[in-house]
Amino acid sequence: MTSNGFVQLAVYLGVLLACVKPLGFYMARVYSGSGTFLDRFIGPLERLLYRLCGIEKSAEMTWRQYSVAILTFSLLSFLAVYVLQRTQVWLPLNPESLPAVSPDSSFNTAVSFTTNTNWQGYGGETTMSYLTQMLALTVQNFVSAAAGMAVLVTLIRGFTRHSTETIGNFWVDLVRGTLYILLPISLLFAVALVSQGVVQTFNSYHEVAFLEPTVDAEGQAVTRQSIAVGPAASQIAIKQLGTNGGGFFNVNSAHPLENPTPLSNFLQLLAILLIPAALCYTFGEMVSDRRQGWAVLAAMLVIFVPLLVATTITEQSGNPILTRLGVDQSASDSQPGGNMEGKESRFGIVNSSLWAVATTAASNGSVNSMHDSFTPLSGLVPMWLMQLGEVIFGGVGSGLYGLLMFAIVAVFLSGLMVGRTPEYLGKKIGAFEMKMAALAILFPCAMVLVGTAVAVVSASGRATIFNPGPHGFSEVLYAFSSAGNNNGSAFAGLGANTPFYNGLLGLAMLVGRFWVMLPVLAIAGSLAAKKTVPAGPGTLPTHTPLFVVLLVAVVIVVGALSFFPALALGPIVEHLLLANQE
Amino acid sequence: MTKTSTRLFDRKILGDAIRASFWKLDPRVQLRNPVMFAVYLGSILTTILWLNSLSGSTGESSTFVLGVAMWLWFTVLFANFAEAIAEGHGKAQAASLKKSRTTVIARKIANKADRITEEVSATDLKIGDIVIVKAGETIPADGEVIEGVASVDESAITGESAPVVRESGGDRSSVTGGTRVISDWLIIQVRTLPGQSFLDRMIAMVEGAKRQKTPNEIALAILLAALTLIFLLVVATLLPFSIFSVEVSGQGRAISLTVLVALFVCLAPTTIGALLSAIGIAGMNRLSQANVIAMSGRAVEAAGDVDVLLLDKTGTITLGNRQATRFIPASGTTEKELAEAAHLASLADETAEGRSIAVLAKKQFGLRGRELEHIQPHFVPFSARTRMSGVTLDGHSIRKGAAEAVETHVRSLGGFLPEDVRVAVQEIAKSGGTPLVVSRDDKVLGVIELKDIVKGGIKERFAELRQMGIKTVMITGDNPLTAAAIAAEAGVDDFLAEATPEAKLSLIRDYQKGGRLVAMTGDGTNDAPALAQADVAVAMNSGTQAAKEAGNMVDLDSNPTKLIEIVNIGKQLLMTRGSLTTFSIANDVAKYFAILPAAFAATYPALKALDLMRLSSPSSAILSAVIFNALIIIALVPLALKGVAYRPVGAAQLLRNNLLIYGVGGLIVPFMGIKAIDVMLTLMRIA
Amino acid sequence: MFTQLRTAALVLMALTVLTGGVYPLVVTAIAQLAFPRQANGSLIQQGDQITGSELIGQPFSRPEYFWGRLSATGPHPYNAAASSGSNFGPLHPGFKEAAEARILALHSAGSSGKVVPVDLVTASGSGLDPHISPAAAEFQVPRIAVARKMSEGAVRELVSQHTEGRQLGILGEPRVNVLRLNLALDQPQGN
Repeated sequence: MTSNGFVQLAVYLGVLLACVKPLGFYMARVYSGSGTFLDRFIGPLERLLYRLCGIEKSAEMTWRQYSVAILTFSLLSFLAVYVLQRTQVWLPLNPESLPAVSPDSSFNTAVSFTTNTNWQGYGGETTMSYLTQMLALTVQNFVSAAAGMAVLVTLIRGFTRHSTETIGNFWVDLVRGTLYILLPISLLFAVALVSQGVVQTFNSYHEVAFLEPTVDAEGQAVTRQSIAVGPAASQIAIKQLGTNGGGFFNVNSAHPLENPTPLSNFLQLLAILLIPAALCYTFGEMVSDRRQGWAVLAAMLVIFVPLLVATTITEQSGNPILTRLGVDQSASDSQPGGNMEGKESRFGIVNSSLWAVATTAASNGSVNSMHDSFTPLSGLVPMWLMQLGEVIFGGVGSGLYGLLMFAIVAVFLSGLMVGRTPEYLGKKIGAFEMKMAALAILFPCAMVLVGTAVAVVSASGRATIFNPGPHGFSEVLYAFSSAGNNNGSAFAGLGANTPFYNGLLGLAMLVGRFWVMLPVLAIAGSLAAKKTVPAGPGTLPTHTPLFVVLLVAVVIVVGALSFFPALALGPIVEHLLLANQE
Repeated sequence: MTKTSTRLFDRKILGDAIRASFWKLDPRVQLRNPVMFAVYLGSILTTILWLNSLSGSTGESSTFVLGVAMWLWFTVLFANFAEAIAEGHGKAQAASLKKSRTTVIARKIANKADRITEEVSATDLKIGDIVIVKAGETIPADGEVIEGVASVDESAITGESAPVVRESGGDRSSVTGGTRVISDWLIIQVRTLPGQSFLDRMIAMVEGAKRQKTPNEIALAILLAALTLIFLLVVATLLPFSIFSVEVSGQGRAISLTVLVALFVCLAPTTIGALLSAIGIAGMNRLSQANVIAMSGRAVEAAGDVDVLLLDKTGTITLGNRQATRFIPASGTTEKELAEAAHLASLADETAEGRSIAVLAKKQFGLRGRELEHIQPHFVPFSARTRMSGVTLDGHSIRKGAAEAVETHVRSLGGFLPEDVRVAVQEIAKSGGTPLVVSRDDKVLGVIELKDIVKGGIKERFAELRQMGIKTVMITGDNPLTAAAIAAEAGVDDFLAEATPEAKLSLIRDYQKGGRLVAMTGDGTNDAPALAQADVAVAMNSGTQAAKEAGNMVDLDSNPTKLIEIVNIGKQLLMTRGSLTTFSIANDVAKYFAILPAAFAATYPALKALDLMRLSSPSSAILSAVIFNALIIIALVPLALKGVAYRPVGAAQLLRNNLLIYGVGGLIVPFMGIKAIDVMLTLMRIA
Repeated sequence: MFTQLRTAALVLMALTVLTGGVYPLVVTAIAQLAFPRQANGSLIQQGDQITGSELIGQPFSRPEYFWGRLSATGPHPYNAAASSGSNFGPLHPGFKEAAEARILALHSAGSSGKVVPVDLVTASGSGLDPHISPAAAEFQVPRIAVARKMSEGAVRELVSQHTEGRQLGILGEPRVNVLRLNLALDQPQGN
């Protein structure tokens, strides 16, 4: 790895961390209902929306009502996305006359986008009309993200409130998150991206002549190129901000019109981790102890940074097979070197590795290089980051509430170890919280393991595996790790647009979203009802490096112990086999 | 305090425990512990696999399968053993208690005045019956003394050989069935039914018959069940994974059921699962060894969480009574003169305060009562009217008493209270002491300072409590000024002065409203409401029946500072669970490194790189992991019984220590253990 | 329950209009006004003819053109209507075959000897990568010079004109735009 590589990583982390406090503080004000500087512009719009929809802003919900509201909203969202795909052929804004999407693919995509997974079984430019991209996908990019943040906020309220039944109003949290946070920032990002060359047009695809004609697979001469365009920038901005990740084009942010320059790449990378990182500060701010927020952010970074460096280094070391063919894989000022298969020249190794780690740490899932072609160990990292439960940054809202589930387990263990009934932020952690936290951790794990098991023993599961050997196993494991934890990225070799995978992965995404969300809401309700215990000298502080270490250990141990055998049969053995090639 | 402790591995207990380990193989017993039940099923499954492998058609070495099956059974037996041995210790204690529950003949009388007795069996007594118990007889049931004073030997339940006084009325009126009257007689009204007496409840508690899972235990059980479930999934899905791997690699064979079961048992948190109930029982045992009987396990656990400790001043923080500490003479009088006068005035004063004046005079000036025998003193006892006591001899009247009383007295004789004495009186009062002014005739000689003597070492104990995060509050009937001074001297965090039962109760409620857990000790009937309200309420065994009923623990030694020990035991209980859970989970890492390369040796020989321990063969690797997993249970039984050492340091320090020992230690130990077992197996050519 | 359903439907509709309709339209309006070239695909205009997009690569295999990255799009390489990577795992036989074929092609086209820069033998992620590394361009300079009967210096001069450094001096990798460079090669040379 060159020194410039380290500088790029450092600059990225520096800018990201610099944004945490201002944005985190702003979001805390949005969710606690105190005024923000945007009130003057957005306030009237917000009030209009409440009036149109008949929302009583001050009406509070119990956790059960809140859950019903989220589920109802998600169900309607699912139906809307499904119907739009199935009917796009008859609807406007379809200049390429794309046909209706198949039922199983429509199901999968509808689940995928309403669960904030944004797994893409389809190729964007060959499947979705502009109208579908906007009204179905872009909308879900906003609201599924806002719903995730809303659930996080209820959990925070659970900590801050005491002796009460209610945890907020879903409609208000949803609308405020969308209007005050996602929309304004998306607007800024979208315009910045266009300036770099991301397309934003309603025109049809451009036809241009090749300078030098080529031949296709059948040997037919091809003289022209059809360049897909569309209203991409507006969708890309929210796809990154809302940790959605569903690309406008098939290859996502590896596509030069979706991510044309290193700067657009930097901005998108920033957008991927921006809100998940800043929400840590929001958490600290709202529980009136900022150190708590910094502590969870530190826990995330403690896992993130070493994995990032490790991935970059292994990816930079290249493929021994190419070395034997006499290919130069060394990094220098005139070439990126390393394993360039599936990577773009403008991004090189560093930005591709950084993206891979960031997008899987966050439950974003967009890619700017093909993870399937990574060297085994650097392919292991993204996979494992998802298997950790998408809690290292994770999805907007969902990442932090997932990590807080682990924190509850960590608090419980450490409470026992210091001889005190565990308490977190003044709330005693009892059997109910443990049960719910265990469910939230258990279900995604189960989905990944069982889904992979079913796929590798069934004929339809094996039929579309692309790579031979253990790498094929990795493809399936990656797919279920991604779906079960609502990430959405893929080892794209796996042909996942089949009824089998569309169905099974769709199920995994549903479980991964709602079987975590509902226990979290239940905990929020239970915590809100509890008394707050004032901290004393016997209370274990949860903002210290020691607690951060413990939290990190719990996350890693659960993730490692659950997936070590599977990883051993995929990337680990593949790495050993590849090493034997030398 | 004598401890009725038994050695950790008494031979009798050991023998019983080994037998019980087999009795406990009953599936109904196993079902109570989900983690161990899973191991139990695994043992049965591997046994069937062994029988199957005997035919030779499975392609698996039947000695290997037998080895795994045997060690799985051992794992189950070891867990049973751990529980049985903890129960054994409890039973041993209960047995010694039971000895005092021999059938007793009670002498029933119709009423207090009645002297005609009717002999009935103690088991036939009903609540409200009145019995008379004479010297040498055993008290037939729990009850309250309604007449008489007697010394009672309570060693059967307290282990304390010195007899205690029981009398009607007041705070020493409660008696316990099974204890013996040594002198005099008592008339007792029965307060509990036979079979529900205090002794019975104690026995039931110690035997663990009434042991319910505590909230923390339930939460931990959920965590362990979740982990077990995860590992079950990991292992179950490994079969399809391996089938697929065999196909793509074109070599080896799918992982066998025996290896899967072995892997599952190694991964499941069996160490903590096996020791969990032993830890709970041992905690109760430790408590009863400290001569405290808890009415529920919940109370013990709550003790670990206590935030606020309410302590009575008298007897807990200070020695029972005030004592003379200083003579302050008036100007013109020497200290010795004052001491002599004070000594004379106190000769007949049999109160503790009076005696302490004599003691101080003796210590400072060598004055002895005997020297004064030749004089014919006329003692004036304390009276509520004069509020003075003293002596008249040689025509001099020496008096001591409260400042105002003595001032009135000397004024009536034409004297006055000198200014320096008045200042001294005020200063003493301000510093929390009690001034006693001494006069001879019309002359005020000076002041004796009486002070509450704070118990030695108590300040250090409070500092310990503060480190543990527990706030101490002193309860006293004194005025705020005095209370503040003593509080400062004893190092308590806060005090409640001029306390009434109502004030105590509302203080507890206030703390609880703030989310704090309150512990208190008490002995009097007027403590009962507060005891009932407190989260951890330790009643003194010497206290009234009402107090004992209201509390959730009874301290047989009636030692108010026992609370500190109880808190320690509560914390130890939680810590032992937490530490062993951490240890158990940390162990899994090494087991993966042992079993996985072995399980896939044929399919992916490259995975041999993960065999960090360089184990001799795949079957030896798997067997070593299983054996380690079983042996570690036995190795940790003493720790489970004794509990993890607790030192009163801050929470963070404790966590750091325990993480280092049980977390990091738990990572490293199995690597060494498994390797050692592997070397031994190879040497013995077993695998 | 029914009121929840009604509210849910209304909120979904309102937010759909706002985020799915108003928002993309506003972005489009700003984009078309402020950055019309970029918003429409950064097309390269030569006279009144569009010769491609500077962001979308094209396939080259003649010795006189600089070659770009391998493209795994189907059915033909550099299909900008169906972006795709190869998805070859590091042990996939196809991965090695493609690299070997490329090396052979480079050699038979006249690029001799030296070790081949890795980006010339690997497929890009999008299959549309418009760039190669300066090292990959330098590797091809002698071949171009021979094929076009130009001096290597003149070719190098053109290459360096079409080389972009790291953005803002830090971000990304130095790179050469293959299509732009080849278009420049085809232009009548001034000297």
